[in-house]
Amino acid sequence: MENKNPGFPSKMQGSVMVLGGGIAGMQSALDLADSGFFVYLIEKSPAIGGVMAQLDKTFPTNECAM
Amino acid sequence: MQKKARYIDPDKCTACGDCAKVCPVDLPNEYDEKLSTRKATYKPYAQAIPGSYLIEKKDIAPCRQACPAHLNVQAYVAMIKVGKFKESVEVILRDAPFPGTLGRVCPHRCEKSCRRLNVDDAIAIRELKRFAADQVDLRELPVPDVTPREERVAIIGSGPSGLTAAYFLALDGYKVKVFEAMPEPGGMLRYGIPEYRLPRTVLDQEIDYIKRLGVEIATNTALGKDITIDDLLDEGYKAVYLAIGAWKPYKLNIHGEDKYENVVGVVDFLKKVHLRETTKVSGKVVVIGGGHSAIDAARVALRLGADDVNIIYRRSREEMLAEKEEVDAALEEGIKIHFQVAPLRISGSNGKLEGIECIRTRLTEPDTTGRRKPIPIVGSEFFIEANLIIPAIGQEPDLTSLSPKDGIEVSKWNLVVVNPATLQTNRPGVFAGGDVITGPATVIEAVEAGKRAAYYIGEYIQGKELPTELGEGEAMGDDWLDIPEDEEKKERVHPPLLEVSKRVNTFDEVNLCIDEEAAKEEASRCLDCGVCCECYQCVEACKAEAINHFDQDQEVKIEVGSIILSPGFDEFDPSIIDTYLYGKHPNVVTSTEFERILSASGPWQGHLVRPSDEKEPKKIAWLQCVGSRDIHHCANGYCSAVCCMYAIKEAVIAKEHSKNGLETTIFFMDMRTYGKDFEKYYDKAKEEGVRFVRCRVHSVSRIPGSDDLEIAYVMEDGIRREERFDMVVLSVGLEPSKSVPELAEKFGIELDNYNFAATSSFKPVETSVPGIQVCGAFQGPKDIPYSVMEASAAACSAACQLAPVRGTRVKEVPKPEERDISGEPPRIGVFVCNCGINIGGVVRVPEVAEYAKSLPNVVYVQENLFSCSQDAQEKLRQVIEENKLNRIVVAACSPRTHEPLFQETLISAGLNKYLFEMTNIRDQDSWVHSNDPDAATEKAKDLVRMAVAKANLLEPLPESEIDIAPSGLVIGGGIAGMVAALGLAEQGYEAHIVEKKDVLGGHARKIRWTWKDEDVQQYLNDLIEKVNNNEKITVHLSSEVKDVSGFIGNFVTTIENDKGERKEIEHGVAIIATGAHSIKPDEYLYGKHPRVYRWHDIDNLIAEKSDIITKKDATAVFIQCVGSREPERPYCSKICCTHSIESAIKLKDINPDMNIFVLYRDIRTYGPREDLYHEARARGVIFVRYSLDRKPVVEANGDDKLKVTVYDPILDSEVSIDADLVNLATAIYPRDHEEIAQMFKVPLNSEKFLVEAHMKLRPVDFATEGVFLCGLVHYPKPIDESIAQAMAAASRAATVLAQKRITTSGVVAYIDENTCVGCQGCLEVCPFGAITYDEEKHVCRVIPALCKGCGGCSATCPSSSVVLRGYTPKQIFAQIDEVLAY
Repeated sequence: MENKNPGFPSKMQGSVMVLGGGIAGMQSALDLADSGFFVYLIEKSPAIGGVMAQLDKTFPTNECAM
Repeated sequence: MQKKARYIDPDKCTACGDCAKVCPVDLPNEYDEKLSTRKATYKPYAQAIPGSYLIEKKDIAPCRQACPAHLNVQAYVAMIKVGKFKESVEVILRDAPFPGTLGRVCPHRCEKSCRRLNVDDAIAIRELKRFAADQVDLRELPVPDVTPREERVAIIGSGPSGLTAAYFLALDGYKVKVFEAMPEPGGMLRYGIPEYRLPRTVLDQEIDYIKRLGVEIATNTALGKDITIDDLLDEGYKAVYLAIGAWKPYKLNIHGEDKYENVVGVVDFLKKVHLRETTKVSGKVVVIGGGHSAIDAARVALRLGADDVNIIYRRSREEMLAEKEEVDAALEEGIKIHFQVAPLRISGSNGKLEGIECIRTRLTEPDTTGRRKPIPIVGSEFFIEANLIIPAIGQEPDLTSLSPKDGIEVSKWNLVVVNPATLQTNRPGVFAGGDVITGPATVIEAVEAGKRAAYYIGEYIQGKELPTELGEGEAMGDDWLDIPEDEEKKERVHPPLLEVSKRVNTFDEVNLCIDEEAAKEEASRCLDCGVCCECYQCVEACKAEAINHFDQDQEVKIEVGSIILSPGFDEFDPSIIDTYLYGKHPNVVTSTEFERILSASGPWQGHLVRPSDEKEPKKIAWLQCVGSRDIHHCANGYCSAVCCMYAIKEAVIAKEHSKNGLETTIFFMDMRTYGKDFEKYYDKAKEEGVRFVRCRVHSVSRIPGSDDLEIAYVMEDGIRREERFDMVVLSVGLEPSKSVPELAEKFGIELDNYNFAATSSFKPVETSVPGIQVCGAFQGPKDIPYSVMEASAAACSAACQLAPVRGTRVKEVPKPEERDISGEPPRIGVFVCNCGINIGGVVRVPEVAEYAKSLPNVVYVQENLFSCSQDAQEKLRQVIEENKLNRIVVAACSPRTHEPLFQETLISAGLNKYLFEMTNIRDQDSWVHSNDPDAATEKAKDLVRMAVAKANLLEPLPESEIDIAPSGLVIGGGIAGMVAALGLAEQGYEAHIVEKKDVLGGHARKIRWTWKDEDVQQYLNDLIEKVNNNEKITVHLSSEVKDVSGFIGNFVTTIENDKGERKEIEHGVAIIATGAHSIKPDEYLYGKHPRVYRWHDIDNLIAEKSDIITKKDATAVFIQCVGSREPERPYCSKICCTHSIESAIKLKDINPDMNIFVLYRDIRTYGPREDLYHEARARGVIFVRYSLDRKPVVEANGDDKLKVTVYDPILDSEVSIDADLVNLATAIYPRDHEEIAQMFKVPLNSEKFLVEAHMKLRPVDFATEGVFLCGLVHYPKPIDESIAQAMAAASRAATVLAQKRITTSGVVAYIDENTCVGCQGCLEVCPFGAITYDEEKHVCRVIPALCKGCGGCSATCPSSSVVLRGYTPKQIFAQIDEVLAY
């Protein structure tokens, strides 16, 4: 994984950028962090959680989405 | 990357919300889908992470931008709106010392830029400023504390510019002295503006306020006469500000101008009036000019007794510089204005003025400057008699007071020349501003100059380098808050005026102040363009000093080895479908809005009401496929894949919320409950009375005179029905977000035809660019479980690429050392949670908290809104440390979900995590006793008392660490198993595949194409080769698992091959991927007639181009749901609709004339697969729906023909089809995995699929740690989903292996060998094999690493030798005693 982008080192980085802090982004970030990688989780709104945080209960178990 | 400023330091913010309480700006709350409001200072929602508040800002409001002195209009208007008049004046005083003056005389350029003009009319900004100023007595307003400085500054001229400079310099601590030639300070404010416009008391108060800051004013001290610039600098003034204004009148340059005593320049006239040198005017007066001072002079003359006052002006009314209000007032008072009239000569006799000869003019077209030039009309001369003529055509500075010795550069226009940026003259230390550099201008411009001069004088004195040129300055931008489309028109306030009769003979103020109610109303018209108005109320309110309004966006550069894109989706905006009335009728809401309505944290705290009247609806309709499966209103041909499920859920939950029996109806086309346990939920909803109506609703209409809505619909029987509903919910689809194309371009990734990220079935989370993964709804519409699977899959992909650098960028979080509490008496802290209103709405939490204080050893009690919020955790940590707490009780929700969170906090506070007791006053109290608050409160007290009793007896428990074997065992060598093994191997871990058959590939060996027409066999061969070539993977063919022992990190599995050879494999994790099969049905003549096929049989016919399908008039019938969605298997097999339709299309490709019938119950081509369904119909495939109670009948018609009979609900009759073949889409079911499930102690559901740990959030984990699942054994699914799930399983498994060692729980059983009699009862009951028997000592022993702390052993032991740590008999009996004691 050589990065040819000027201004960036070509050395492989042990870090990952996850763009979007909804349920998917958060899960990716958690897995990677738990596997020994540094994660930058980037979210444009002021809080992570995405649409799921707005849901009341979830299908099909009727559990609280929060 | 741009990191947006939060303006509140998250490290300091305690999330107390005090800032939001004082914020005057109300905005639609996005979290509640705009059904409620929030402040500009806010926290997105109670449990938001980060938990700190933040401030939303947009560009500076246009009014503030337009103001020459950039007064913070939005803020002082907002302060008026909320009734904070003193604060409003304080806001004004931050930018100018003249609130009352500017509130009267400012020409309010701000109002011209007001965006309210797009709605109705500008906010009456000046009137509001004046209102605020009039409410506050400046004499009572304390002046700010100032840190004094030694340096002195001299200001020449006490007009608005000079005084403003003095004010700001004084605020900066300088010693300021103002020199004024006139007897009183104020300059033109006092001597130029008549008293009826600006009462002197207002001006005097403002000047007094400036003086209170320590500004000294020397009157009757004129430049050139009493002082010179040189003198001042010699005397030690560090700088001089020259603000002497423009007092010298322009000449008319007409005959007779200087001949008569009664021709008086306007400045002189007004000055004399103020000095009482002129107290009376009589006869006829002519004023020449069209500016403010012309109108002023005319109205003053009138008030002093003039009989007839005329104004002549060369241009028309439109060109007049005077304000419209002023001109109107003058006309009302009886002043005549002669437009387009120019003076020619002034005449008289014997030195006595007689009048003025004038000429009429015509105006040219506007020139380049936009002004129209007056041209005299020859022959139009006329004469106006006059006893007094007042030319008011402008002034210029009188610079005779400057001596050449002062050396100040003057322009050819007789203005002082300054650096346009700093206002410094050519002479260092001498600055100039106001009219002396611009010629006559407005007060606000003079104020701006004074403010700027004060700044640069300060910089100059402090020895800073001043800019030499006027910079362009930063553009202030026009990104403002959107004006709501439904913004109501509201009339602008009209301030009352003094009656004309009372005006003309007094100098009483003409414009009167608006009243408080009108002012607040007017202020509330403000559109809050800049969002945060920077009133700084929050700064004062914040005790933590966390707010920094000067925070700035930051550009951040990060270096990463891989990228995962998960930007999510946008909701379809249904307002584009006119006929659904969305946005036009309050009771038509989107499904997300309805989620918020149902939510306890929503706009109505979970009370089910409709928006129009906040009354509980009795009948609600859901309309499905809004913005999905729709290429007419939008280009969303795909199925959104989630709406059927959420609509059913909303209907079920809504019924639960309703007190009076809610009727719910879902209008749908196909019910697509295709996932695990989805169909069962659908069946249950039907049982619970949710009504399902199969049709697409065309329109929703208003019912006049009511808030209800009418839906007209046509069902399969063709009859039109009309039905009334209280509320309509639109099940809106998922769309790629609007910003996706830009994002895709930035990253160079490809998108599909709908703008979702393009991926292949075999690489479901990889984009077209290596190193960039995608997951979630960005890749296509999907539900939460699949999003989570993909997320883990994407993580797996990234982790595989970066395996060599794992761990190079992470640091371990140091844990604080555990406090030794031995010997300390219990000091218990009790935290009682409101859980929003979940608990607090029923249980009287303050009462429970008060009660807790009375319990033994409780030294601290606190009530929380949400105990689980991040700020509450931080607070808990602090409280533990500050109060030396050593036992913690939380009365809140379920320990199952929240105990680990609180325990983490205990650890971070240095407490052993087992010194924690949680009691559930929500699920087991407020939720079940919601109708009886008294009893619920008492029960909460009981529960808290019990918890405290146990807490008193809690002891710290030790945990131990065990190494993890860095390898995984994968059971099943199909696609899922191989992908999972590769996922582990490529991340650097050993993997073993155990496959029962003698080849790898599993079920996929029979599959030819994916639904996207990709070649499965080629992929499979490549995959097998990759697996075989990977050094870290060992494949065990013809082998089966015989025994499993051990636990997470340390499994030992025994496998046996077909030769009976056994092998033991040590592994840290296990992944079960044993797959599934399709049933062989005993209906529809399967196995009895050669032309009845199943699944891939038809693919073989297609591949072979069999005669059966190529012959003319060939007819094929597909029967769907064979064995699925029936009582025996109440689930959808998910892949059959897509497969049959794909096959149908392939048949059409080969033989376009072929007759193809698909007999189905619901077509479930979810997501983008809907395109196939669409294509099949377009290609002439005939779809006939059948229902379970009228299944099709297949009969033999010779050896090569079949007769299929089916009831068609649309034709309302039986249809008989002569078919050449029948293909059955038979159910998928798992097989041969029950023993394995038992060995790994993982559960099966009633359909024998393995049950994951959490349906939504842990879709590939088991409750049994270290064991994972993927592929069809979880549930039927297509190849792409199996691959994603397999990668997800590998990712989840790697999170275990990457830890290197695991920590065992402290809650484990312990056997007292002294009392154990060796009966082995415990050994028998232990489901985890965690107890061994010591043959020599005849006692049982616990293996702590295997013990799950279930307590079965403890309950079984007849000699009470087994004790479960953390749940000792003493602790449990203490709880029982407490509950029985009352």
